[in-house]
Amino acid sequence: MSSLWSAMPVRGRVILLVLVALLLAAPLALDRYVISIFILIFYFAYVGQAWNLMMGFAGQLSLGHALYAGLGGYVAALLWFYFGIGPWLGVFAGVAVAAAFGAVIGWLGFRFGIQGVYFALLTIAFAEFTRIAFDNMAFTGGAGGLFLMYEPQRAGEWWNLRGGPLLFYYLGFAMAAGAALLTAWLARSRIGYQWLAVREDEQAALSVGINAFRAKMIAVLISSAMTAVGGVFAAFYYNSLFPAQAFDIGRSIEIILAPIIGGLGTIFGPIVGAFILTPLGEILIALTEKLGINAPGAKAVFYGLTLCAIIVLRPDGIWPWLKRILGLTEQGR
Amino acid sequence: MSALLQVDNVSKRFRGLLAVDRLSFEVPEGGIFAVIGPNGAGKTTLFNMIAGAFQPSNGSITFAGERIDGLTSDKVCRRGIGRTFQIVRPFPALSVEDNVVVGALLRRTHAADARVHAQEVLRRLDLYDKRAQRASSLTLPDRKRLEVARALATDPKLLLLDEVMAGLRPTETDRMVAILKELNRESGLTILLIEHVMRAVMALAGQILVLHHGAAIAQGLPAEVVRDPAVIHSYLGAEDLA
Repeated sequence: MSSLWSAMPVRGRVILLVLVALLLAAPLALDRYVISIFILIFYFAYVGQAWNLMMGFAGQLSLGHALYAGLGGYVAALLWFYFGIGPWLGVFAGVAVAAAFGAVIGWLGFRFGIQGVYFALLTIAFAEFTRIAFDNMAFTGGAGGLFLMYEPQRAGEWWNLRGGPLLFYYLGFAMAAGAALLTAWLARSRIGYQWLAVREDEQAALSVGINAFRAKMIAVLISSAMTAVGGVFAAFYYNSLFPAQAFDIGRSIEIILAPIIGGLGTIFGPIVGAFILTPLGEILIALTEKLGINAPGAKAVFYGLTLCAIIVLRPDGIWPWLKRILGLTEQGR
Repeated sequence: MSALLQVDNVSKRFRGLLAVDRLSFEVPEGGIFAVIGPNGAGKTTLFNMIAGAFQPSNGSITFAGERIDGLTSDKVCRRGIGRTFQIVRPFPALSVEDNVVVGALLRRTHAADARVHAQEVLRRLDLYDKRAQRASSLTLPDRKRLEVARALATDPKLLLLDEVMAGLRPTETDRMVAILKELNRESGLTILLIEHVMRAVMALAGQILVLHHGAAIAQGLPAEVVRDPAVIHSYLGAEDLA
């Protein structure tokens, strides 16, 4: 970790420290609504980072990451609901189930040479199968959803994720920061270079002795496991799970937007993207209400147009451009 | 000298086309061995079979005493064979240095060690000053050198070079020849090259194999091969006699 820090220009370190300090102190000054937006930002920065690891670094396009978040959330929530097993334990079960699905998808795709958009279709298919299965399973609550009751006597049990917005604010912050650190560390390790090589040119990667299948499997396993942790977080934050939302392709798209807008294959990209997109969505809701535009989908139209504009103006994402503006380009990726 | 690489009765058939026809030869350890021949003679197909990109239809390939035909490219590389591609394939978005670091990580666990080794290799190939550039920004001659550097960084016992001189100016060719000779002399690296640039072949090769329509038409010392009437007829042309 020390090498990551020393590779960062002084100006970058100062900016980073100031931002971290501000975010740690922010809940003192913010109201509940703004805190809830920050929780969403942290969540999307976290799951975006998990997806970025697989797509941005290893070059494998998944359009079904909602599957891993949904499985992680459902497994931990079910263990809590039926057996009272807390999420700190449940998260391990959720991770195991999600990683098992990741392993099957990865094995099918990489073993049989299914690449690019065809691999992406495979990931969508698994998310859809799972959604249909969960719609029809009684013990998960079926299509009607699974609800975690509010129990006043447990209100202070932070270790069971039974707490208020502040708990989720700091936990979300720690998860987003931890995911960024993990990605930064992996990117500078042997497997990180192997991912880049596979992403850039798989044949050439093989020619320098890289086992591309193994490298891609490691990427999908880490990515699915990380995403599952995000799913547990979301399940206990919202206290409800519906198959039609948890496994929906719309949810998968939400997960991938922040890293794409922020900058694929960069460590700060998913964070920057989440800080832009989540408030943007909220602002558009407020704006369309204020302007009295009640047409359904008005928010989605504006959101889409804004995304188009960002992609056209900054096709490599916001972060590489922001890094130049801030004068942080000499070192680091 | 014992043989490091043995190609024994190898054929490769693509549907109706017999690209390589019952070819046998041996590359001695520590030697520089050139394969020449007109376009379409089967040179690159032969390379791809040795490097694991294709499986031979018949015959066997033995490297350092072990069969390697049918192994995948990554396994072949881990046995100690590095290769370049005729149509260069650097990792375009990575820096020149990171391209070579990827190669160096084959036999090193830590990126820092790999970086030290990569910088040594880059110095050897005259690419050190360009190490921070993106590989996609390099000129073709530099990309060819980068391919050699990336392959060398894997610490191969045998280096397969597929037309690395093509497109180089004569002075650049001489420099590449000097680099390869130095590597061969100092570290005992065995080199198998496909080459059209006869200037380089004559300066480098201890032995030459001439392919035509997938079969060997001549093999031997460079001075003998270039006087062989069959070789002159099918490949070199009469003017090269002078």
